[in-house]
Amino acid sequence: MEIVVCIKRVPFTQEVDLEIAPSQKDIVKEGLAFVLNEWDNYALEEAISLKERLGGQVTAVLIGSEEDEEVLRRALAMGADRAVRVDPGDVYLDVRGISKILTRVVKDMPFDLILTGAQADDTNEGCVGVMLAEELGIPHASVVKGIEVLDRTLRIRVELEGGTEEVSTIRLPALLTIQTGINEPRYVSVMGIRKAAKKELKVFSLEELGLDSESIKPDSIVERLYFPPEQGGAHMLTGDPATVAEKILKILKEKGVIQ
Amino acid sequence: MKGPILALVEHRKGEIRDITYELLRKAHELSQRAGSDPICLLIQAPGQGLEAGLKGWAKKILVIEAKGCEVFNSELYKAYCLEALRTLEPFIVLLPHTPWGMDLAPALSVKAGLPLISDCVDIVLENGDPKAIRQIYGGKLYSQVAFRPSSTYLASMRPGSIQVEGNPGYETELLSFDTQTPIRAPSKTFEEFVETGQGDVDISQAPFLISIGRGIGDEERIQEVKDLAEKLGAILSCSRPIVDKNWLPKYHQVGTSGKTVKPKVYLALGISGAFQHVAGIKGSGTIIAVNKDKKAPIFRAAHYGVAEDLFTIVSALKAKIGG
Repeated sequence: MEIVVCIKRVPFTQEVDLEIAPSQKDIVKEGLAFVLNEWDNYALEEAISLKERLGGQVTAVLIGSEEDEEVLRRALAMGADRAVRVDPGDVYLDVRGISKILTRVVKDMPFDLILTGAQADDTNEGCVGVMLAEELGIPHASVVKGIEVLDRTLRIRVELEGGTEEVSTIRLPALLTIQTGINEPRYVSVMGIRKAAKKELKVFSLEELGLDSESIKPDSIVERLYFPPEQGGAHMLTGDPATVAEKILKILKEKGVIQ
Repeated sequence: MKGPILALVEHRKGEIRDITYELLRKAHELSQRAGSDPICLLIQAPGQGLEAGLKGWAKKILVIEAKGCEVFNSELYKAYCLEALRTLEPFIVLLPHTPWGMDLAPALSVKAGLPLISDCVDIVLENGDPKAIRQIYGGKLYSQVAFRPSSTYLASMRPGSIQVEGNPGYETELLSFDTQTPIRAPSKTFEEFVETGQGDVDISQAPFLISIGRGIGDEERIQEVKDLAEKLGAILSCSRPIVDKNWLPKYHQVGTSGKTVKPKVYLALGISGAFQHVAGIKGSGTIIAVNKDKKAPIFRAAHYGVAEDLFTIVSALKAKIGG
């Protein structure tokens, strides 16, 4: 099975104080650690384990700068066969623009299946995968939590709310957006990343793909970022750990859940 | 006069989902501001009768009845929405940002050639133009986003972000819409719904939950919290990352994709507070959150907070109760 996986590198923002850039339209990215988007890690693992069972090749595609290439190298180390990066330069991209670039890249590749993460950790739009499928005119399903390969169709499980899952079949070629927890992504060692350095990684500019800024014009533009309004919020318990523990126990007693 | 504000109904197993009323409430509010009409779009199987539950919620209910539409299917929904959009020429279309809405909205946007902003927590009008308010970076920041100029704007709304202050009480007019869309077999075929997440304990009924999140860091260390829970007579629950890693079974998971809980006390340890998690704990009597990130969104949902490493607090609690 020929599989294409679209991935993204995102800033790691847990336990980090974010700063808004002077433009107000983005965060200050200097000094932040960057990682492979969590959902994309599961999508990659799913693609690679399907390939290992069924044969075929996995191609990882990313739109980003040279710095973002590290997650493509990681994908190659996980078991992807080749990687493609599109360098968009300084062009402002929204989900629509990204899906148009991906369409241009993927259109000429042989594929049975395209996987993307269900959403990205940074701006969580959850749009690119389905937009790409629509541009390509292929069937799609979102928030997929299980894949079973039948003959030219897949039986898939889609995660809905409250523990309900929807089982359906979908015709190939198709695009699926992958939910976390679908598998257990494999560990990637530094050694593995070094070894994978020999694998093919192609880079294209927008011009080389025959795209100009007009053809990838955004549908939406971020006007400003701001911090959440300070309202309500928790009463902070302070003091040394023993004092805090005492305060917590007092609350538990007052609420009647402990004696 | 602006075109109508259209809200799409989401239903499952013959029941209208809560998000529908959130969208309808927002459609009511926006239509008042814009001086237009709120219209509800219901796509259902012939004779399903879901319009009964929508009376009063919009000026008009447009009902499209088609075979196979008792279950959501994005191909069918896309085709019928497109047809409704062309007929109604709405100003704003409100869609659910649910798993099903995520399957529909981006496809509709591409097919209709209309701009979409997804996962909005609010839509405001600025000089008559719609602007989307979104939460990004796990709720640490808000962003205000403008659409490119268009005749119709698509927005998908995050569940639980709109207060539903009752039925607006319109004299609702029912309009049945004869679709001209040719019927063909969709490429995705529904088989069944499966309920996951049944297990030994029912966290939805527990009066006292101690819940762990990503901050636990290491599977081995779950035992330390388990011991504390046992000593305090609490049930152990968790957030999504713990189940994704297979560290605890699904029936321990709190949140929109897991269980909604309503304990007297919810003690959250190392949980950042993604909106899907917070939506699942809103019914708790008292929420106490321990997280070393003082900016973690969980502190906006909690009643009491401790900005400290969870293991420090777990040890201190154990020391106090003699463990």
